[in-house]
Amino acid sequence: MTAPVPALSLRSAGLSFGDRVLWSGLDLDVQPGEFIAVLGPNGAGKSSLLKAVLGQQPLSAGDLLIAGLPPARGRHRVGYVPQQKSMDAATPLRARDLVALGIDGHRFGPRRRSAAERQRIADALEAVGATGYADAPVGLLSGGEQQRVRIAQALATDPTLLLCDEPLLSLDLRSQRAVAGMIDRRRREHATAVVFVTHEINPVLDLVDRVLYVANGQHRIGPPGEVLTSATLSELYRTPVDVLNVRGRVVVVGTPDEPGGCTHHDLTPADPGRRPAGGDA
Amino acid sequence: MDRLFDFRDYGELLGLVHNSLIAAALLGVVGGLIGVFVQVRDMQFAVHGISELSFAGAAAALLLGGSVALGSVLGSVLAAGLIGWLGVRARDRNSVIGVLMPFGLGLGVLFLSLYEGRAANKFGLLTGQIVAVDTVRLGWLVGVSVVVLTGLALLWRPLMFISVDPEVAAARGLPAGLLSIAFTLLLGLAVSLAVQVVGALLVLSLLVTPAAAAFRVTASPVLAPLLSTVFAVVSAVGGILLALGGTIPISPFVTTISFTIYLVCRAVSVYRRHSGWGTRTPEEQPAAVAVP
Repeated sequence: MTAPVPALSLRSAGLSFGDRVLWSGLDLDVQPGEFIAVLGPNGAGKSSLLKAVLGQQPLSAGDLLIAGLPPARGRHRVGYVPQQKSMDAATPLRARDLVALGIDGHRFGPRRRSAAERQRIADALEAVGATGYADAPVGLLSGGEQQRVRIAQALATDPTLLLCDEPLLSLDLRSQRAVAGMIDRRRREHATAVVFVTHEINPVLDLVDRVLYVANGQHRIGPPGEVLTSATLSELYRTPVDVLNVRGRVVVVGTPDEPGGCTHHDLTPADPGRRPAGGDA
Repeated sequence: MDRLFDFRDYGELLGLVHNSLIAAALLGVVGGLIGVFVQVRDMQFAVHGISELSFAGAAAALLLGGSVALGSVLGSVLAAGLIGWLGVRARDRNSVIGVLMPFGLGLGVLFLSLYEGRAANKFGLLTGQIVAVDTVRLGWLVGVSVVVLTGLALLWRPLMFISVDPEVAAARGLPAGLLSIAFTLLLGLAVSLAVQVVGALLVLSLLVTPAAAAFRVTASPVLAPLLSTVFAVVSAVGGILLALGGTIPISPFVTTISFTIYLVCRAVSVYRRHSGWGTRTPEEQPAAVAVP
């Protein structure tokens, strides 16, 4: 049996700005249906990795292929879910229209959406449980509702690879679980590969197959149980770091970028407005 | 009161302003549609800034004996180009506009004070004029309108995407910078049209108020531009029809109609907010829940 084409493939990939190496020698194949979380401190290059995949940031070294294609040509195979951000209340779009823009928003000139496309939009909204507010203005949706619509938007094109950039940030616990669950269901049912950049591993800890941890210009790739250990992270940070498992949650203590010394992945000083997700079981 | 309303020779007057009515209707369509993007891109201040430079261009043309239409288009496009080039980010943009605007207005005042022709021509550039549209100028207005409307038709969807959802639009490969410059140039052309009909001071009443009113009552991407256009056409054409009856310039009539429409839409939106949108319940639980 021949191996399927990886949804995302990085070969000796590196990115540096001047002397500053964000990451280098990155070899990664994300298989169809695989769920990979990208972790690391602020400024480690997690977002730059997404930019590279989206073709917005050329690599300094190595190769990157999306479903076997270079980023410029493979881009239409990628769905993208950004951070939740409040939208102007007077935005003249309904939830349905935001999803539609995911399908044809990049096309110039007037066109009429086909019945098949309209059905695809309705199906995508149905799949994330957003049918009830499909005709509500996007500016009036709650954060959780908006992220569901964003997932519908990203999935309406039936992507091979789903890129998520902190999609759970600023959501309440219930919405975090719901949104993570939708992404998980999608990759199981449609074999969509998921690359999920996050500060906080706990809401998706039980869903991810592998973790890519980036810090100090280095990285480790492997199952969460192998990467999120005191030994591995101490090596990566070049300082003693303790990884504790507390009631099913992973808590990382002593990373140098977090001066308080004791913090977990869901309490990062750089995001003061964020609600700590306490009591996650 | 006679200066405000006197409809005795209305039929004859109507024949005289035939061209102006066509121009106003065109301006309504252009202003109502481009206003949608002025609103979603938060460029109200840019409209005002461009209109002052358009005024300066028109005043220069008046002084030099050139075409006022051409002058106002050149002034607008120059201003739009500068704003688009120097001010891609919103903060930079506002300071660039704040710097350009008084300079443009100052230049315009200078040109007007040097001009020794009819006083009505001077005043008209600031507050609009009814019978100023001759056939040559109407040709200009139609030409510029066609360019703006064609440009909008081509750019509409990508421009909406990059304006309301910039991250995802960029992820789909849309060029934000180029679209921004292209839109600002179209905006410049639209403003130059408006300056020639309603005058530099009141351009906002046709490029901002109608869309702002429409956005109050609908979030439909089809209905919003449609309503905005209807509001702008009603304001512009209605303003001329009312202004005919007196010696007052058209702008107070245009602004009053447009403002009244806005007030009505606000009232509707208050009612709308109470009655709610959609059928969702906030506590709704999705079918799939993460296994904890």
